[in-house]
Amino acid sequence: MTARRLANGREFLVGAIAAVGVIIIVVLFTMSGRSVALLNVSFDPTREMFEEYNAAFAAFWREETGQRVSVRQSHGGSGAQARAVVDGLEADIVTLAIEGDVDLLADADLIDRNWRSLLPHGSAPYTSTIVFVVRAGNPLNIRDWDDLVRDDVAVITPNPKTSGGARWNFLAAWAYAESQNGGDEAATRDFVRRLYANVAVLDTGARGSTQTFAQRGTGDVLIAWENEAHLTVREFGEGTFEIVVPSQSILAEPPVAVVTRYAEARGTETAAEAYVEYLYSPEGQRIAAAHFFRPSEPTLVAPAALAAFPDIPLTTIGHFGGWAEAQPRFFGDGGIFDQIYAPAP
Amino acid sequence: MPAEKVFVPPDYQRPTESPPEVAAIPFRQRSAVTEPVWVRTILIVVAVGFVGLFLLLPLVFVFVQAFSMGFGEYFEQLSEPYAQSAIRLTLLVTAIAVPANLVFGIAASWAIAKFEFKGKAFLITLIDLPFSVSPVIAGLVYVLLFGAQGYFGPWLEANDIQIIFAVPGIVLATIFVTFPFVARELIPLMQEQGTGDEEAALSLGASGFKTFLFVTLPNVKWALLYGVLLCNARAMGEFGAVSVLSGRIQGFTNTMPLQIEAASKEFSRTAEVAAFSMASLLALLALVTLILKTFLEWRYADRLSSSAQAH
Repeated sequence: MTARRLANGREFLVGAIAAVGVIIIVVLFTMSGRSVALLNVSFDPTREMFEEYNAAFAAFWREETGQRVSVRQSHGGSGAQARAVVDGLEADIVTLAIEGDVDLLADADLIDRNWRSLLPHGSAPYTSTIVFVVRAGNPLNIRDWDDLVRDDVAVITPNPKTSGGARWNFLAAWAYAESQNGGDEAATRDFVRRLYANVAVLDTGARGSTQTFAQRGTGDVLIAWENEAHLTVREFGEGTFEIVVPSQSILAEPPVAVVTRYAEARGTETAAEAYVEYLYSPEGQRIAAAHFFRPSEPTLVAPAALAAFPDIPLTTIGHFGGWAEAQPRFFGDGGIFDQIYAPAP
Repeated sequence: MPAEKVFVPPDYQRPTESPPEVAAIPFRQRSAVTEPVWVRTILIVVAVGFVGLFLLLPLVFVFVQAFSMGFGEYFEQLSEPYAQSAIRLTLLVTAIAVPANLVFGIAASWAIAKFEFKGKAFLITLIDLPFSVSPVIAGLVYVLLFGAQGYFGPWLEANDIQIIFAVPGIVLATIFVTFPFVARELIPLMQEQGTGDEEAALSLGASGFKTFLFVTLPNVKWALLYGVLLCNARAMGEFGAVSVLSGRIQGFTNTMPLQIEAASKEFSRTAEVAAFSMASLLALLALVTLILKTFLEWRYADRLSSSAQAH
């Protein structure tokens, strides 16, 4: 009797496990079908811009080739998105925040090493810079980087160890101090150290910093990407915040690239190439400017659309020897940021 | 209650070797409070205040924010194509993950509670694994296995099978995370009930399957339903594991929790309403689960005490 019961139990157990296995396998196979639509893997602040651009490109492509194209979007932190593409997220196009993230794809043999030279302006169809957001009326009269080291000013910027955007903020401040001090590194260090001593909240990401400043009302000045600064002002109303453009800043060049290996495998190469090229067209440039990214071809855009972008001297990352050099020097473990930043006790 | 109709010989003793592990049975205790009124009042105020501050207030806030631009905008945001596809995807994933874990949970707990075999303790530990492993790690494990750089990556690519950054990966991660819920509800109860009823049924000539269907299953049906509810709630709300391997493709691999995160990162009032309206849907689901759970606990306790009296 016991033997029979055991046999029945085993049979049932084996049957049940087999059933689960069959369910999973069937599901895996029925859902593994691939779509021929384009996939654009991007970073967070471009979501709205690409929603508009995708519709514009679809219309253009329809007219050009008669082909219907639908573009899917994926947004997240730039580094994490690059990692996902390397791990098999089959993007036809990447539009990321920094060069180094696209280089990760070259390391994985997904794109050519010389990807930067394949498109105009070093494959950056739009750029951005770092500006300040202050409270309405600019009560503390914050005009330039010098004002951020004043004793009475509380600064909001994210942590450069965790946030890509925060690294631009740091390097913009560094470049300013360097030019003010005639390239003297000790004085530059001291300036940046004093600036970070004024930081009230060091959030992990740019979006968190914006919320800290705008929604929780902490701090007197927010160091932010130009496009996010404009979105903040637009969203909270003209009367609540003002944008202050410093006397000099840094040039952020978010790059774009066709992920050739995936696009070739999926047969979407032509459309993917057209997609990134169309970013440089008058329509592509107009959409970028409308979402507060600086167009790389400003002559293609109506002058009124450029009013939001004051012409100031912008240092490039090349000044710091590119990200490959700047990253470990400034933000690596024991790097300059670690040396000068001591959290307030 | 068919289980009670099985003939039990008068001299039959229900085996008691398996220790009663059910600790969480809400027994109605007789009032034996000797504390003065003010102590009781303070304790009650603290408890209620705590629940209100940390549970109720955020929940209320979710709904207030969701309806902050009116009912029209609420439904407008929920009927956006991306929102719709997120809801559909979450329902699909849950519809696969919950039955799979239901079958597994019954099989595993039946095997563990009613039979002796080598490695039983190890199996129980394994079932508990998803509780102790962070969901993010669970997601990363699948990336390491099925990712382009992973062990099976090249083979999958050669055979044109997409697992991670697609629906199958999301299903796998959800099954992993919700794995223990059903089994964990059933094992203690089944162990406590022992094998007496089944042995009686078998001795009367019932087949193994019939015994399972008419004796074992009715004995645990309330616990089973309870486990399925918990499993369901977790499957719909899972964020960590899914976020690692979803790929976040809007309208295709964004589940409801991922869609909430995506919307919350946008700079606009409507996106905020979109995030909170989606969150309110999930919260609503949690509330329904809670109500059902409370109802079941009440039934379940009744059932348990009556079966306890019967012996």
